[in-house]
Amino acid sequence: MSLRLSLLGLLGVFLLVALWQAVVSLADLPRFILPGPLLVLEALWVNRELIAGHSLVTLAEVLMGMVLGAALGFATAVSLAYSPTARNLVRPVLVFSQAVPVFALAPILTLWLGYGLLSKVAMAVLIIYFPVTSSFFDGLMRTPRGFLDLAGTMGASRGRQLLLVRIPSAMPSLASGLRLGAVYAPIGAVIGEWVGASKGLGYLMLLANGRVKIDLMFAALLVLGLMAVLLYVMVDRLGHWMRHDA
Amino acid sequence: MVGRFAVHRNGNSKCAEFNDSGVVAMVESCMPSDTSAIGQGQAVAVAFRGGATLEGSVIFENLELLMPAGRWTSLLGHSGVGKTTILRLIAGLDAAVEFKGDIVASDGKPIGPRVAYMAQSDLLFPWASIRNNILAGARLRGEAHDTLRFDALLERTGLTGHADKRPHQLSGGQRQRAALARTLMENRPIILLDEPFASLDARTKAQMQDLASELLNGRTVLQVTHDPAEAARLGHRIYVMRRSGLHSEPVSDSIPPRQVDDPECLRVQGQLHRFLLEAG
Repeated sequence: MSLRLSLLGLLGVFLLVALWQAVVSLADLPRFILPGPLLVLEALWVNRELIAGHSLVTLAEVLMGMVLGAALGFATAVSLAYSPTARNLVRPVLVFSQAVPVFALAPILTLWLGYGLLSKVAMAVLIIYFPVTSSFFDGLMRTPRGFLDLAGTMGASRGRQLLLVRIPSAMPSLASGLRLGAVYAPIGAVIGEWVGASKGLGYLMLLANGRVKIDLMFAALLVLGLMAVLLYVMVDRLGHWMRHDA
Repeated sequence: MVGRFAVHRNGNSKCAEFNDSGVVAMVESCMPSDTSAIGQGQAVAVAFRGGATLEGSVIFENLELLMPAGRWTSLLGHSGVGKTTILRLIAGLDAAVEFKGDIVASDGKPIGPRVAYMAQSDLLFPWASIRNNILAGARLRGEAHDTLRFDALLERTGLTGHADKRPHQLSGGQRQRAALARTLMENRPIILLDEPFASLDARTKAQMQDLASELLNGRTVLQVTHDPAEAARLGHRIYVMRRSGLHSEPVSDSIPPRQVDDPECLRVQGQLHRFLLEAG
């Protein structure tokens, strides 16, 4: 990104914060409804150890979810692309399961897997699994015709064709699936924490909300947002590396 | 058994030629000086006879196309006349048409496994190095590759030093040369070319035509093209394909590649051009 764009981006953030402060000052909102940005920063500083501890828990859930979900999605897409039988068997189920809002499963996951880390990781896995599977599968089914012709005249076996042509050719699609997953994964973990947890940023936000510590809630939200952005940037870098002309 | 292997001694690379009784000679380099060392199988003639329909409408019918063994056959025609369909049928690729007829090789063996194919787009895998692209056939079959042959081809196509680059780092001409090296790496007796030089500029195109004509010499080549000049330069035999059928244009005995300003070549080019312009 150019310096000019970075400066414009910073200006945007600054304007938003200024607007926030203006609303708080002009409407004279009490701090238990909407605290000003300075109060939120203060809460962030005062509670830094508390927030850091809960952040690490959420980060661990999200990262584990990302890795597991991506691996499962990769494996599913590859086996669907390889076997027409598997494709016909699983595709309707996959489409149907995508229509079910995964968030609705959070209470059941908590019931089955308990209040600990596991139910949140499972939630993140489920959320990442579908975008990764469907976009990677799409990419695998859209190998340029010419590449397949070439591999065909060269006498490639189906397995080697998949490994050496179709999978590498679909890497950009996998990258866009992962980018989507990176956006949704923190949401999954936080919703899991809302349903039932004793650790994590979602739990902290709910707790702060209940005790009318709105400044702390906003501080936790800010950290969550930063974490999501960081995760996205990391996956995006990975996606650039997976591009064919990189 | 007769062959060559590389010998490295005191930092110098030499080549040992051997036969069943042992090493018989040491020569300076394993790089073959003539193209015949790049090798080819037994030349084979191919005959294509028949007709094709697509959803009931006729694409072509009663067509007879003969590719003489070890010769370059050019199939000229404007877009959409069904040239590529013929090529795909010979290659055994999905042509989406209903074909009635037969495609046979002079030795009666199947054609598909003996075909190497080169298309208008270079079809280099963008994620793989030039080396792995040229060796794609062996890699896709899980076979070991012939290193000497690879080095020789890299040199003949002027790509020495580019083996570890990716396709997007090469120019259009270099990419087509890499595609040619990949085609030759396959060492198949039948070569099918689907307008491989169509998107190159005039100079690069002429150079590629010379190189391909030289390196593919001795193989049975079918080249589909819409460029009369290309057919006139390269074909031992030239067919013009029109809606009404196939016309075989007589060509002089001169050996391709013919000079771009060769009068006979230009005459044939004009004749072919006229034929394309005429209705039918």
